[in-house]
Amino acid sequence: MLKESEIRTFIEGATNYFEISAQQSASVGSPYLVTDGNPGAYDYTGIIGISGARKGIVYFSAPRGMLAVLLMRMQETDTSDENIKDLVGEVANTISGNARRDFGRNFVISVPTVVASDVEKVTAPYSKSYVIPINWRKHSAKLVVCLE
Amino acid sequence: MSIRNGSQSLLKLMIVDDSNIIRRRIERSQQIARLEVVGSASNGREAVELFRRTRPDVVTMDLTMPEMDGIECVQELVALNSKVLILVVSALADKATAVEAIEKGANGFLCKPFTDRQLNDALHELLLDA
Repeated sequence: MLKESEIRTFIEGATNYFEISAQQSASVGSPYLVTDGNPGAYDYTGIIGISGARKGIVYFSAPRGMLAVLLMRMQETDTSDENIKDLVGEVANTISGNARRDFGRNFVISVPTVVASDVEKVTAPYSKSYVIPINWRKHSAKLVVCLE
Repeated sequence: MSIRNGSQSLLKLMIVDDSNIIRRRIERSQQIARLEVVGSASNGREAVELFRRTRPDVVTMDLTMPEMDGIECVQELVALNSKVLILVVSALADKATAVEAIEKGANGFLCKPFTDRQLNDALHELLLDA
């Protein structure tokens, strides 16, 4: 289970990412708990494995349209599938890495694994996950935190 | 080796990050006239090989990468050239990681995500003594 302050760490990481990388604020909806082990996903998902003091995964999942606009906001003109996958992994990596500011260095993060299109391949290792809805421009994405 | 260009020497820059987007972003955003990008690498092992070939003066270094991570790579590069200037550019935001990177031989630390201005300020600071 996550403490409220720990959820706030991930919310801040997500809003900070958009504020700085896209130079446009994102709004965050109310985080909610999913208990069936299936927090769901959009078109592209960047998954970070967590080991060390905590175990589990953190993933960022977004539709292609959102990621393409985000790339363009970052002055990246190449919105190929390769770059979209790169971006979704980088967002997940950045938010998870930033969480070490509060969780400390024993919150060990893996390099990202990216799942594209095949939403059913995105699964949580434990039954309980926290989902943080992220709204940016007209798009919706989600940050999922599933820790033991 | 540095190349003389007027009163200031031109410095060779190598960019190391497993994200192509970040590598391109750093190349595009850095506006230091003294820096010339000589190559980029997507992991530590590739970076060491490229370093041997291109002998850069300045390196931007990600930490979380496949094959060889950034901390190990910093050590390898410093062993090859103790004068290389290394700016770590990483999402790992805990102080202990920044301190370890500096202890292993890095000269600066910039946390992701970053603005163009933050990148250029960090590079300027790195080059003050170059």
